[in-house]
Amino acid sequence: MEIGLSHYLSVGAILFTIGVFGIFLNRKNVIVILMSVELMLLAVNINMVAFSSFLGDLTGQIFALLILTVAAAEAAIGLAIIVVYFRNRGSIAVDDINMMKG
Amino acid sequence: MTIAGFFFYLFAFVTVASALMVISARNPVHAVLFLILAFFNAAGLFLLLGAEFIALILVIVYVGAVAVLFLFVVMMLDVDFAELRAGFAKYLPIGGLIGGILLAQLLLVVTAWTVAPQEALKIAEPIPAASLVSNTEAIGRVMYTKYIYFFQLAGMVLLVAMIGAIVLTLRHREGVKRQDVATQVARDPSAAIEVRQVESGKGIG
Repeated sequence: MEIGLSHYLSVGAILFTIGVFGIFLNRKNVIVILMSVELMLLAVNINMVAFSSFLGDLTGQIFALLILTVAAAEAAIGLAIIVVYFRNRGSIAVDDINMMKG
Repeated sequence: MTIAGFFFYLFAFVTVASALMVISARNPVHAVLFLILAFFNAAGLFLLLGAEFIALILVIVYVGAVAVLFLFVVMMLDVDFAELRAGFAKYLPIGGLIGGILLAQLLLVVTAWTVAPQEALKIAEPIPAASLVSNTEAIGRVMYTKYIYFFQLAGMVLLVAMIGAIVLTLRHREGVKRQDVATQVARDPSAAIEVRQVESGKGIG
């Protein structure tokens, strides 16, 4: 059976679902939540590159690069916030993030 | 099954399996290592799709920078990760339900996907033949001309992220000796040197 566009889109869909599922499972651990977000961004990247390849349009790969940039920036900022939060509270449990009473 | 088909299923299976291990591993260090494995296999999928540049950038950026950053933070923070897994079983049913519904919907959409024939005429930047222009050169030709503003925007995002990460984590601890250039330059002999007349036979005290 020939590997088509829907095969790659299915892999992307499964990865995205695993990312959402991971956020539900690890409600207390911010680091695993960040990793789940990275998985979801990877799924989006797989979709972008799959469409780019099967439709013969290079634009999708350009946008995949931009998503990669945003994912790296998000990971850096998110981990910096976690480090500062750990310094202030001595824990990274999501339940404790209520200092600002937002 | 062709070689490409075999490798597609291999890469796809390992990507999905290691993604599952990321969210279910007990040890967060293991979770980060499985994240690295998932990224490597996703890079393999990109290679199969003919996007070599994105594949290698994925390895460099994610494995070389992001995953190592995660590893640093996980090892640096002294957190009881077993305690953080307390609600794992509690959230399993609702998470499984929502995840299952989402997956079913997404799969129904993507497996029924067809591209309308007239859409093939609307290609913005056609991919040149691989024998003429390499993937990297083709991306460069498009990104530095038509998408130059997006490219610069990505640079600005990275700059803001860099400054933000530095500002967030920089702290001045009290009681740590450090060089203060302004104070050193501002010293003059009247403040630095004290001249005393010492009588013979007596100490300075």
